[in-house]
Amino acid sequence: MNKLSARKFTVWRFALYVVLFVFAIYYLLPLYVMLANSFKPLSEIRQGDMMALPQVWTLDPWRSAWSTAQIGVQATGLKPYFYNSISMVVPAVLLSTLLGALNGYVLTKWRFRGDGVVFGLILLSCFIPFQIVLIPMAKMLGVLGLAGTTTGLVLVHLVYGLGFTTLFFRNYYAAFPTELVRAAQIDGARFFRIFWRILLPSSGPIIVVTVIWQFTNIWNDFLFGASFADADSVPMTVALNNLVSSSTGVKEYNVHFAGAVLAALPTLIVYVVSGRYFVRGLMAGAVKG
Amino acid sequence: MKDWFQAWLPRLVLGPGFLLILFFVYGFIIYTGYLSVSDSKMLPSYGFVGLDNYERLWQLRHWTGSLKNLAIFGALYIVICSVLGLFLAIMLDQKIRAEGLLRPIYLYPMALSFIVTGTAWKWFLDPGIGLEHTMHQWGWESFEFNWIKSRTHAIYTVVIAAVWQSSGFVMAMFLAGLRGVDPDIIRAAEIDGASRVRIYRRIIIPLMRPVFLSAFVVLAHLAIKSYDLVVALTGGGPGKATELPATFMYSYTFSRNLMGIGASSAIIMLIMIFSIIVPYLYAELRADPRR
Repeated sequence: MNKLSARKFTVWRFALYVVLFVFAIYYLLPLYVMLANSFKPLSEIRQGDMMALPQVWTLDPWRSAWSTAQIGVQATGLKPYFYNSISMVVPAVLLSTLLGALNGYVLTKWRFRGDGVVFGLILLSCFIPFQIVLIPMAKMLGVLGLAGTTTGLVLVHLVYGLGFTTLFFRNYYAAFPTELVRAAQIDGARFFRIFWRILLPSSGPIIVVTVIWQFTNIWNDFLFGASFADADSVPMTVALNNLVSSSTGVKEYNVHFAGAVLAALPTLIVYVVSGRYFVRGLMAGAVKG
Repeated sequence: MKDWFQAWLPRLVLGPGFLLILFFVYGFIIYTGYLSVSDSKMLPSYGFVGLDNYERLWQLRHWTGSLKNLAIFGALYIVICSVLGLFLAIMLDQKIRAEGLLRPIYLYPMALSFIVTGTAWKWFLDPGIGLEHTMHQWGWESFEFNWIKSRTHAIYTVVIAAVWQSSGFVMAMFLAGLRGVDPDIIRAAEIDGASRVRIYRRIIIPLMRPVFLSAFVVLAHLAIKSYDLVVALTGGGPGKATELPATFMYSYTFSRNLMGIGASSAIIMLIMIFSIIVPYLYAELRADPRR
């Protein structure tokens, strides 16, 4: 490489890095603004600029958002809603993952006539606009005596998450050698034993992918929470929206930001800890087959 | 007896989950379909009124306006996310040293709730306190950015926030696609003396067609479903400037107590999504060698 093209090359590389870092700032900016302003007293937000770090650092907005802010009629902060979300998310994720694993196992290793149609219908259910089920679901939860309860929300998230969990496991098990299953059958192993001893031990990665996917989706859900939750089952996203959009009194932006970060924290932590699996889930959800 | 049981066991295991989906998805679709031709107001009611609800729906400016907003939002959202995603993926694919740092930064918004995104951007775009205010503080007095308060421009702020959230995801899809291109093809083109730009334009980007298609399907169905972001960012306003079909359905069904019309709007949303997703899934499943 001669000197001129070497220089042209470094200029081009330099521009490339500049562009890439500008975009990194673009993606990080809203998070930075939320964090920086959640540590400022309200007066500082009003006069100062939003990009600046706090002159006076304070934890009060965080305390307020967590335990004393007015949400709806009560001044409880986000704390009870955080627990509502946890007690909704954990059973919904575990149940939908377990059922999805069994479905995927049957659809790939115990094929039967018409299983293609069954899978097609399950797959299609992932993509329906949930508006289509809101009215009958509200009625059905009433009939079951689950209206406004966390159990009701668990049922809702189980049903509408099942399509994705089935898809994930089905695609994963399709690549698992069927010969191993047949060999175990010849040795006398039965349906559940094969699942338990042969497939499950090698399902680690797909379980992680599925759990993260379900956790993120259910934690972040707003529509079902807003439609079906009662005062004592309202999840975090709905509570955050109530906090931010309440029209009474002074708008405490710093408290809103602290609340928003609190609502985002669980999924962000999962993302930071296991981003690789998060991306795999997104891909598996987007690119079928 | 026992053999019979073993033979049916797989179907018995699949059964409950499948029945749940049949009932709660397809049964509910049929139920909502019936409500859309019924005289339901505040509560479900079963008097048959034919296509009255649909006729009234299409006469509502609120509905046609929300469809128009969806067209603007959806088109810009899909195009900008795809272009930006492809651009970032190509940039990141140039053997970048910091790729392991940059890629997760581009993608993290996808892990956030739309309510969080909406809260952040609502404030960011608020002229009284966000970007405009900050620019004035910095001495750029004439800076103006008040789209979120404008009836004609508010829909673009929804695009801005939605693109921020999803473009990193599209980038990851394209990056996976780029990494799957056979390096021999590129090497052959290089030997023939093709320039870098030409290789991308003539060889690599055309190879990304399946990724474009997947991205389109995913983004289009996300756009039609968009609800949370609008609620958190603009609440459908100012006026009805950012109403979308999803927010329309919710307010007609639950606030205005016109359930028949709400149900008919949900059916239209379902038709829109299925007309995109069904052909796509059908083609995918047929092309699947495992089937």
